[in-house]
Amino acid sequence: MYAVRQWSVRHARGLNAFYRGFESVLVALDPLFRRVGYQRLERPVARVEKSIKGFLFDCRMCGQCILSSTGMSCPMNCPKNLRNGPCGGVRANGHCEVRPEMKCVWVEAFSGGGRIPGGLEALRTVQPAVDRRLQGSSSWLRVVRQRVGEPS
Amino acid sequence: MRFEDEPVPGYPLPILPGHTSPGRLERVLRAGLFAVTTELDPPDSADPEEVYKRARVFDGCVDAINATDGSGANCHMSSMAVCALLTHRGYAPVMQISCRDKNRIAIQGDILGGAAMGVCNILCLTGDGVQAGDHPQALPVFDLDCMSLLETARTLRDEHRFLSGRKITSAPRVLLGAAENPFTHPIEWRAQRLAKKVAAGAQFIQTQWCYDVPVLRAFMQHVEDQGLLDKVFILVGVGPLRSAKSAEWIRSHVPGVHIPDEVVRRLAGAADPAAEGRRLCIEIIQEVRTIKGVHGVHVMAFRQEHTVAEIIERSGVLDGRVPWYPGRDPQTTTSRMAS
Repeated sequence: MYAVRQWSVRHARGLNAFYRGFESVLVALDPLFRRVGYQRLERPVARVEKSIKGFLFDCRMCGQCILSSTGMSCPMNCPKNLRNGPCGGVRANGHCEVRPEMKCVWVEAFSGGGRIPGGLEALRTVQPAVDRRLQGSSSWLRVVRQRVGEPS
Repeated sequence: MRFEDEPVPGYPLPILPGHTSPGRLERVLRAGLFAVTTELDPPDSADPEEVYKRARVFDGCVDAINATDGSGANCHMSSMAVCALLTHRGYAPVMQISCRDKNRIAIQGDILGGAAMGVCNILCLTGDGVQAGDHPQALPVFDLDCMSLLETARTLRDEHRFLSGRKITSAPRVLLGAAENPFTHPIEWRAQRLAKKVAAGAQFIQTQWCYDVPVLRAFMQHVEDQGLLDKVFILVGVGPLRSAKSAEWIRSHVPGVHIPDEVVRRLAGAADPAAEGRRLCIEIIQEVRTIKGVHGVHVMAFRQEHTVAEIIERSGVLDGRVPWYPGRDPQTTTSRMAS
């Protein structure tokens, strides 16, 4: 929901802090995940992830979440799927070229980035092209596997 | 001007140390000359002569011609085909690639194909949304964005491999460019975005139309603060406005174009608005030329292409140099035709 998404950007600092804690919890749960089997967890976790992140960020389940590098403004909501900053068509009021009723995802990202420690620095990172195969899969489980050093 | 090591003008030049392309545009930029580029409005036609006719109006006043890739999301002859025709006659095109219509497989193929035809410059763009053009029902692709497109092209050129990692046998020798709009939101982050493009591989930048020089100055100051002045060649976008009415239309209908009120007023008050528009364009060219870090202008004179020669001539930015065009040096052109 658009209003919630904007709320999330305004509360980027808190959400980012919560996310970090949550990530540690997930990483700690790795042995359990392993016992159950990541494969088997994929669908239920993806469903939970979709409902939570969908509510908070209008998440599109690209499967390779970079929210903490984009000020908690999901770049997949950009009609051009830009993951590396705004296009040149941003309107004078800071709204989107394609969807004039929506504030530019990247104008939001810079405001959210300013609220997260190191958030503006993170916006400088060049994000690689999206791997379209991961669409719909759980980014959370992928992060855990990456953190514990397993190939995702 | 003619380069010493240029046996047949219009043919690829030897690549000098520190250069990445055999192109004339890179030569001009790295020689510290003030470069002039422009844009060819691609025809809605399958007639090659249409392309040549449109290129000829720029003869002798530009260093490179941008071949647009469905600009404004409107359907025209493809950028690839316009480049094929232009390179065939020795013109130096800037092949624009937009992410809107093609995925990474098609785009990488085009980069190789373009370079094989003699394209020495590639401009990596995200592209306008489909809603802006004449086919709003089309599928917007946007598989890559301008940044990952730049990285992709650089990977092909410098690492001799596709994104997949598969090796290519001969790398495309190209100068990579990108666009930037210093005049729209979020203005304070535009220079940082430029830094990101440079990090991703951009060697030259063509900006959106500049009608507000103070904003450009502030942007260039930010660019300098980011330590980018010696890392990228910036060509400022300019263009003549035809009337107050058209200025008004452009600024309200074309997202990202900023035209200050005083410009509109000046055009409205002029006896001959079109002439005033050209005069304003010349003034802006002369003014931006003095800004540190500006290496040239990119003249976008949509539907007024015939005015480009006069504008460049009167602005005096070429300092008497005549960029090569087919037929400039009759003897060498004959030898090209014969070969």
